[in-house]
Amino acid sequence: MNEIRVLLRKEIQLEWRQRYALNGMVLYIVSTVFICYLHFNLNQNLLNPIVWNTLFWVILMFTAVNAIGKSFAQDSEGRILYYYTLASPVSIIASKIIYNSLLMILLTLTGFAVYQMAMGNPVEDQVMYVLALVLGSVGFASVLTMISAIASKAGNNGMLMAVLSFPMVVPLLLMAVKFSKNAMDGLDPSVSYDEIAILLSIDALVVALSLILFPYLWKS
Amino acid sequence: MKLAWWKILTILILAYVLAMGLAGEVPRQAILNETVRNLYFHVTMWFSMVLFLFMSLVHSISYLRSGKIESDDKAVEYVNTGIMFGLIGFVTGALWGKYTWGSALPKDPKILSAAIAMLAYFAYVILRGAFEDDQKRARISSVYNIFAFVIFNVLIFVLPRMTDTLHPGQGGNPGFNIYDNDNVMKPVFYPAIIGWMLLGLWITTLRIRLRVVERKLTEN
Repeated sequence: MNEIRVLLRKEIQLEWRQRYALNGMVLYIVSTVFICYLHFNLNQNLLNPIVWNTLFWVILMFTAVNAIGKSFAQDSEGRILYYYTLASPVSIIASKIIYNSLLMILLTLTGFAVYQMAMGNPVEDQVMYVLALVLGSVGFASVLTMISAIASKAGNNGMLMAVLSFPMVVPLLLMAVKFSKNAMDGLDPSVSYDEIAILLSIDALVVALSLILFPYLWKS
Repeated sequence: MKLAWWKILTILILAYVLAMGLAGEVPRQAILNETVRNLYFHVTMWFSMVLFLFMSLVHSISYLRSGKIESDDKAVEYVNTGIMFGLIGFVTGALWGKYTWGSALPKDPKILSAAIAMLAYFAYVILRGAFEDDQKRARISSVYNIFAFVIFNVLIFVLPRMTDTLHPGQGGNPGFNIYDNDNVMKPVFYPAIIGWMLLGLWITTLRIRLRVVERKLTEN
């Protein structure tokens, strides 16, 4: 546990000193939202609630793939070897997943703030919608951290990251879009219990798999 | 040429299935009419695909435990056969859908899920192309294969049950049994499942042998 805490603090410090991923991703999400704003502002009638919601999730998915795709790319061969002597692989992947979850929650909430300024906010049940965003971003982070580790072993090819991750995030995305649509229409939270349960179980499944499988990846 | 007993059995079963499937007695139902025969050729493809992808999972796990490259050869060939059966499943399904649902590719969650699952396995094949070193390729693609199988299960068995689907047995639709109330299809359907699975197994074993020979040839 202690090891995970130290590694997590290392990730955050590293990020804070460079602020490369963070600033880059915030700019990425702001420019994407701005492009959508330019297009839809001229055709307001196109922007019905379903489009509003789906568009936001698509933006989030691309942000997640790009932000988390880099999480193993920054570590050089030598540094990975150094970690290998210091820490257990389980704490490395656990700290990366926790760090990426925090990063994704931050990016998602920033993105949501910018998005509702540009595109309006038709959401009825704000609390549930934010809950959907948080669950979705944690899910993205846990799936994509492992995929990013796999892609980094294959030479950090950006195309490979996208190809490997899109089929994997689709189940999450479907559930998250449905859940957030329910929140948007202001339906009673009990309607979404199924979706919440599936989101949580996918998260748990993926985290467990990552913890089991990462030691094998790590060796090569 | 002498064939193993199970290969002769495969030929006999499939000859029986083809004869009975094309000319045998089937229950007469509205809309379905003669297309009900597709049960022997469409549903069995998906059952076989699930079996082959599961076999591939078993061999991937066995590779990670033992490090024997032969297990990886088996894993990749089972995936290849699984993909082939999946594609045939799509084609037979499109034919069936065209004459019963009025569209070869209706908007059905089960079809979409199966398509995404296929994408995950295409990604597996692409991932394998990214490595030069055999052991590294085997280890990393085994990890991805295990991941893919879990997501595949979520896609195929969990998500379609969450929504309405046109397929029988789910989303409030009655199971296929009601179409076969005289039990005339079961004596053909069950052998058909076994027959197609055996055929796939036969194809896979041949391809695995080819792969082993190829490896021996390149090593010397």
